[in-house]
Amino acid sequence: MDYTFQWRAAFRALPDMLWGALVTLEVALLSMVLGTFLAILLAVASGSRFRALRALSVSWVELARNTPAMFQIYMVYFGLGSLGIFLDSFLALLAAITFNNAGYLAETFRGGLRAIPGTQMRAARSLGMGQFQAFRLIVLPQMFRVVFPPLTNQMVWAILMTSLGVVVGLTNDLTGVTQDLNVRSFRTFEFFAIAAVLYYLMTKVVIGSARLMAWRLFRH
Amino acid sequence: MMQTFFDTSLTLNDLRFMLKGAGVTISITFWAVLGGSILGLLLGLGRASAPWWLNGPIGFVLDIFRSVPLLIQFVLANSFKSIIGLNWSAFTVGCVVLAIYTASFCTEVVRAGILAVPPTTRRAARSLGMTWAQDLKEVVFPIALRVALPNWIGLTLGVMKDTALISWIGVVELLRSSQIIVTRTQEPLFVLGIVGLAYFVLCFPISRFGARLEARWREND
Repeated sequence: MDYTFQWRAAFRALPDMLWGALVTLEVALLSMVLGTFLAILLAVASGSRFRALRALSVSWVELARNTPAMFQIYMVYFGLGSLGIFLDSFLALLAAITFNNAGYLAETFRGGLRAIPGTQMRAARSLGMGQFQAFRLIVLPQMFRVVFPPLTNQMVWAILMTSLGVVVGLTNDLTGVTQDLNVRSFRTFEFFAIAAVLYYLMTKVVIGSARLMAWRLFRH
Repeated sequence: MMQTFFDTSLTLNDLRFMLKGAGVTISITFWAVLGGSILGLLLGLGRASAPWWLNGPIGFVLDIFRSVPLLIQFVLANSFKSIIGLNWSAFTVGCVVLAIYTASFCTEVVRAGILAVPPTTRRAARSLGMTWAQDLKEVVFPIALRVALPNWIGLTLGVMKDTALISWIGVVELLRSSQIIVTRTQEPLFVLGIVGLAYFVLCFPISRFGARLEARWREND
């Protein structure tokens, strides 16, 4: 083994990498918020009276779940390009992960909605609430209690998935910054090891704060 | 034929090239799932019965593999291989990393399956005079399998999709082969469409089978 590790040089890049980690969290969080919103729509659409809505929901879910995330990112970045829609790598990554999150979460939410007894909705309606109002104030809050753990899991997946931005040339998220440092210095192992530790810490922070949130929200 | 229908510069040779890529994808999946399942079975059995001071550290290490992006694990393993002067191909490195990654999930699948067997059932088996091995073979495995198999199928599905990441360390599998063709034909949407269809055809039947199995076995509970 004639390789000398140079950790000192690698640690000097830590501030840059921390900024990258912030971008990573930003993409993951945005994709989760958008994905959750879309997933609620998809979950509701899957029980719709209209066949077209059901078909859209089913094909979205099956496509998102049965093709690799990396393929989905390529599709958004290169594929949409040939339709004349050009997204930069940040938006392409965000769109692809949102698509993926929505597909997985829609299945989760569908199960969550089924766990809420139909009587809840009927009771709310008979108290004079509108259809949407009852859904928003009665059904959704109860569903979130059920789906909170899988939602946390999906957030961790989202963080790990953002590392794929580098395949379409993203340079300012954690993996992008790391790869940038790597091609300039060829200290591959050192830089990527630090990135691995940062990703690990990020997932732990997310899981920890989710536990705290769950305790605050669902104590009663 | 193709030329007249789609007006594409994609040739039969390109399709053959992508078919070869699909073959690589399947073979990586096979080795990773095989290695990961054997390792996961052993570790899962261990975790279900090991004392806490052994269980904790194993769990901690396996959790690391689940909390670091696979892409970074590939890059790290690939550069580590060069550092210690190991003469492995990128394909081998990819299979080994993916197998360990698979094992880290499979361990939990196996463990959850075994823990789903009520301890009273196992005690009953032992008190009927069954040996430890008999209890495992005749009582624990049949019951644990019903819990574990649907999850294991889901895991296999995930691994098949994760093979796409191996392209980053230079293995030409299905997705990479399509990118190589795209640089020549400049028809990303069409070529990626074929690739997406290929992944879908590989994954969808497995995922359907898993879902059906789960639904059918739940009925009998």
